[in-house]
Amino acid sequence: MRKFTAIVYARTMEFLRDKGTFYWNLLFPIVLVVGFSFAFSGNNDSIFKIGKIGEIPRAENSFLEFSSIEIINYEAGKEEVIEKIRRHQIDMLIDFNEQAYYLNNEASASELLRILGREELVNFTEREVAGDPIRYVDWLVPGVIGMNMLFSCMFGVGFVIVRYRKNGVLKRMKATPITPFVFISGQMVSRFIIVLITSIVVFTGTNLFLHFIVNGSYLLLVLITVLAILCMISFGLIFAARLKSEELASGLMNLITFPMIIFSGVFFSLEGTPKLMQTASRFFPLTHFIEASRAVMIDGAGLVQIMPNLLVLGGMTVVFLLTASFFFRWE
Amino acid sequence: MLIIFVDQWKFCHYFLSMKAIMRIENLKKNYGNIEAVKDISFSIPEGTCFGLLGPNGAGKTTTIEIMEGILSPSGGKVYFREKEIDNHFKQKVGIQFQSTALPEFITVRETLELFRSFYPRPRSLKEIVEICSLSDIIDRDNRKLSGGQRQRMLLGLAIIPHPEMVFLDEPTTGLDPQARRNFWNLIERIKAENTTVLLTTHYMEEAEILCDQIAIIDHGQLLEIDTPQNLLTSHFNGALVRVPHSGRDDLKLDNSILQGDFFEITTKNLDITMKELLALKLNLEGLTIKKPNLDDLFLKLTGESLRT
Repeated sequence: MRKFTAIVYARTMEFLRDKGTFYWNLLFPIVLVVGFSFAFSGNNDSIFKIGKIGEIPRAENSFLEFSSIEIINYEAGKEEVIEKIRRHQIDMLIDFNEQAYYLNNEASASELLRILGREELVNFTEREVAGDPIRYVDWLVPGVIGMNMLFSCMFGVGFVIVRYRKNGVLKRMKATPITPFVFISGQMVSRFIIVLITSIVVFTGTNLFLHFIVNGSYLLLVLITVLAILCMISFGLIFAARLKSEELASGLMNLITFPMIIFSGVFFSLEGTPKLMQTASRFFPLTHFIEASRAVMIDGAGLVQIMPNLLVLGGMTVVFLLTASFFFRWE
Repeated sequence: MLIIFVDQWKFCHYFLSMKAIMRIENLKKNYGNIEAVKDISFSIPEGTCFGLLGPNGAGKTTTIEIMEGILSPSGGKVYFREKEIDNHFKQKVGIQFQSTALPEFITVRETLELFRSFYPRPRSLKEIVEICSLSDIIDRDNRKLSGGQRQRMLLGLAIIPHPEMVFLDEPTTGLDPQARRNFWNLIERIKAENTTVLLTTHYMEEAEILCDQIAIIDHGQLLEIDTPQNLLTSHFNGALVRVPHSGRDDLKLDNSILQGDFFEITTKNLDITMKELLALKLNLEGLTIKKPNLDDLFLKLTGESLRT
């Protein structure tokens, strides 16, 4: 235990005193989140999005034919559409079968749409939906934090161990009674603490200005984060098991992390992307972290709803660790 | 010890009767088609300083790293106290590699504490600092150490477990003469604790001063093994005369080798040699006579200078 804590301490000090890496790990995600929140803060609701169920009756000069109004046809799943209104993703839903329309009374567009539809929807009942708008940044923040976690885990463990192997630190360790298991777990725990704290600090820090929507439990978010960090560190260890060249390690890691970031839905939703891409994304730990945290933050999902994601993360961790320990060599 | 020095045969016998702490048997190591070590055997008596000498690429580091358990041999066996080396071995020995990287951004104190944590009964920090004179650099970042300071610190790491034996692979290479002499004092201190030392070096002077026994290897083979004194007396009985050949390098002289612009003549009888030289009418300006040292022996055995 003493050797274990000594390794954790030494590695953590190495990280904290390497000022460049330290600030990069902290500032990069903050800059990204804040930057995006400014970039997408403009109210670009120039087009009203109206969902419809059933057939629109023919009418002269219907407001539904205005060029500034986009009509989206929904066949079924009325509940989901109402959820979209709640999140301000569409502005209105007209159900021609039931002669009813839905508006979000907290959206600025609702008043205007109510007036526009006054004549045509005269016999319709109005049903109100309540809910704060989901800004892009609310949706983005789990993605950015997840991306930062991925970088920090892959490079902070995988890359650093390759460097240790190349410059001979591992060889010196081999000459002591320490076992690879103790040494590597020490590295993992140090990085785990660093990434968990960084992620919490980044979230809390940006939350002070941006007030993210968190409909679910904070504890659940921490649980997802813990599992995801373990999974990503284990993934990085696979690269650390054998490689001797830092250039090769860095190249391979970039080759893997970039597709992960693009196809895990960090910046845009995977809805509507090709089936193949969606299937591929199921194999990335990042996808499961982002999906679960968004579900908790935005939809207020509970443990049961995100259980599949948590199980996948746990399972991947075990597979990655077994692979890494099978291939590991000091030199 | 005095009597032993007087009688070389007794001295040899003294070594043979001592218990070997470490023994290697028919050690071989191949890297692909290259045979780095070809069938080397020797044993190291407990409590002595054993020097492994050879030019660059001779197989010194490969041999010592197999003995440390870092490399696995292609053939042969390594015994520590008559048992093949196992996991416990690492708790009983201290190792200093030829070049060792240290974790960055941590201080000498933190590094020592880190390595102390690896051993069941480590030496106290105070004792290590005292033995290796580390007090002035104890809070310095590893990256900011000079060559000599760094070697002192690495020796500090090697002596943490109260080792029964330490392996020092070229510990003084690249140090200035002052730092090298300081390091010799540290090795003497460790020897005084009855710790066995296995040392590889480029410097003959170092081997002469520190080592009780010397093995000279080249091209992966053992050329000679004995005490420095025995090696010198058996190879050079007398004096070494160096005389410029003044362009007459085609002359055939007994017991001489051509070394640059000089003949180097090993002679038992200086009187006769001088008369011979005079008879040859060689220009004797620049002639020197000295007692041969290990450098000369090395040259004779390997045909190359150590410091190349």
